[in-house]
Amino acid sequence: MSDEQHTESAHDHAQDHARPDTTAGKPTVDGPVKVASRHVDVFYGEKQAIKDVSLDIAPNEVTAFIGPSGCGKSTFLRALNRMNDIIDICRVTGDIRLDGDDIYDRRVDVVQLRARVGMVFQKPNPFPKSIYENVAYGPRIHGLVAHKDELDEIVHTSLDRAGLLNEVKDRLETPGTGLSGGQQQRLCIARAIAVSPEVILMDEPCSALDPIATAKIEELIDELRENYTIVIVTHSMQQAARVSQRTAFFHLGHLVEMGDTETIFTNPEHRLTQGYITGRFG
Amino acid sequence: MDTLLVIAAILVLAAVGFAFGRRRAVVQSAGVPARLHSLPGYHGHFVALWAAVPALVLLAIWVPLEPVLAMNAALDYFQAHVSEPGNMESIRQSKLALLLGIPQDATTLRLDELGADQYALMQTEIRNTAVGTATTGHSAFIQEVADYYARYRTTSYLIMFAAAVGVAGAGAGFAWSRVAPEMRARNRVEAAVKWFMILCSTVAILTTVGIVLSLLFEALRFFSRIPVTEFLFGLHWSPQTAIREDQVGSTGAFGAVPLFAGTMLISFIAMCVAVPIGLLSAIYMAEYAHSKVRAVVKPLLEILAGIPTVVYGFFAALTVAPFFRDLGDAVGLDVSSESALAAGVVMGIMIIPFVSSLSDDVITAVPQSMREGSYGLGATKSETVRRVILPAALPGIVGGVLLAVSRAIGETMIVVMAAGLGANLTANPLEAVTTVTVQIVTLLVGDQEFDSSKTLAAFALGLVLFVMTLLLNIVALHVVRKYREQYE
Repeated sequence: MSDEQHTESAHDHAQDHARPDTTAGKPTVDGPVKVASRHVDVFYGEKQAIKDVSLDIAPNEVTAFIGPSGCGKSTFLRALNRMNDIIDICRVTGDIRLDGDDIYDRRVDVVQLRARVGMVFQKPNPFPKSIYENVAYGPRIHGLVAHKDELDEIVHTSLDRAGLLNEVKDRLETPGTGLSGGQQQRLCIARAIAVSPEVILMDEPCSALDPIATAKIEELIDELRENYTIVIVTHSMQQAARVSQRTAFFHLGHLVEMGDTETIFTNPEHRLTQGYITGRFG
Repeated sequence: MDTLLVIAAILVLAAVGFAFGRRRAVVQSAGVPARLHSLPGYHGHFVALWAAVPALVLLAIWVPLEPVLAMNAALDYFQAHVSEPGNMESIRQSKLALLLGIPQDATTLRLDELGADQYALMQTEIRNTAVGTATTGHSAFIQEVADYYARYRTTSYLIMFAAAVGVAGAGAGFAWSRVAPEMRARNRVEAAVKWFMILCSTVAILTTVGIVLSLLFEALRFFSRIPVTEFLFGLHWSPQTAIREDQVGSTGAFGAVPLFAGTMLISFIAMCVAVPIGLLSAIYMAEYAHSKVRAVVKPLLEILAGIPTVVYGFFAALTVAPFFRDLGDAVGLDVSSESALAAGVVMGIMIIPFVSSLSDDVITAVPQSMREGSYGLGATKSETVRRVILPAALPGIVGGVLLAVSRAIGETMIVVMAAGLGANLTANPLEAVTTVTVQIVTLLVGDQEFDSSKTLAAFALGLVLFVMTLLLNIVALHVVRKYREQYE
């Protein structure tokens, strides 16, 4: 897809777009903002998956996106580092800013953007390479290191931060695909950390894992908050409540409500949100 | 004596049986198919199978057996009556006497004293006379034997017809009487279908085994004349053997090294063309091309695979080879008008869709999550292709390339037309070379004795070629299978 589409529509958007949703356009975070989106629409061909979503993501916090299946939360997440670009029929309009810069601007290099906004996927997807090579992949392609020693250092630090180092330090040369599901996912997190991103997007990172592995990842997410801004999509409301400081509820492509996690779970404004968190639908 | 007519009759009976069986099942279900264990159609097929299969088996036994029985009866008749007055005389007057070497004063003829060739000739004579195509001149007695032979066959045919129809009818009737709501017709029909499929797959396997064995035995006959070591390691190939004792020269030299060297050279050139072009186009198709472009270009590329190799052959011989020769003239190189280069390049073009299609499949089979993982780390498209997708797809690509190599080694038409016949042992692609397949063709084309070293050499070459491509295919399939296990 071409960058022109984004920028053109990004600027004439505010005038021509009807805004049925009450939250649209209002800042959803008071205080510093890491990622800001305004009037974002995402289309797959003719189908509109995201409708006029405006929300802010605060730095060094965990923001959770919740909502029933097919509500567009993953699609919106993938719009934040332009992962949707690799889908031919996908089109994003509106305005998404990272530290105030439009990420869909045609001057933005998507490669550098993704180095700043890393991603961890639903299914652990280590490359069919050694554990070491998996983590070293990012630093290598971005030329972050000049020497093997530095690379070793980055690999070890990243694995350590991902809480995996102790389990794998004796077998860094074995294939990453040979690890257990939970270890693989932590390897993927280590791989993402290795390029020193500012934001880490996590798309249902625990949905393929057992409860113990899930608990480890959640613990890890909480520790990572210190250094990174984290956005996590989850199907588990308990998980959202446990790990996030702020929660956004999506329904049928709309952002219904966003606020402090505590508020959303104890005193939601919208009856759809209430219905979802109390388990009446979804 | 039309066997087809018998088959037609059996099939008609089977069709009738189907209709009746189905009808009986419908009647018994009283309009509610659920009361039956099997749907009415299965009962129909059950009856049809009982009608057709035993009768067809009977026919399959009768068809090869009947002419033998008839001939034996005719020969017995001959032996019994040959001594009767006038019979021998009538044989002596025909050309048959000359061919059989019967003395002019012979009064009788004992068939068991005839040589194998003469015995066969006698049988042919009777058969031909029976259908009126005998060429050895008329003999009243032979005509009499032939008439007996023809009568025997007609009778046995009529008996057979009756027997086949009877068996079919009896089978159908038996099966029809078994049709009942609780009868497990579905299980039986499905079992029959399963056995039919087993039979079909056995045919393919047995054919392969048969081909391999015939290659093997002929090759062994060849190796009993020419030592294996000379064949495999000899550097000189000149298969012209003397047809007559007094013929000058050409005792034949069967060193196959130049042929295999030529095959390797041409295959190597072909792979040099096919692998880069095929692989790069596969990468473009799988990773870069828009889905609309892909939908158009991929089938276009695969049209290349649909061009008959003989067309590639004259393309190579009439267009590409002269082009290379002229090009060579222009830059001062001496390029033979039948060069390994021309054949190899055209063969490479032919193999492109092989490589690109297989590579495209394995590249597309690399899970999307690998790409996303790489893009998510900020990798560019080319980094993703080079560092993640190609390494992950490499075993599959190697497998595809090996399959393409075995295709190149076995390719015949292009090299026959464009590579030449001279068995030069050279690594220079600008010279004419010859390949194993070309030599097999030239050894067997034309009038040949089928037990000369020259023709038997073709089998030996074929055997070695077969072993080579078989090994390549095994390795390739093994690699491809290993690749499939890599994810999950």
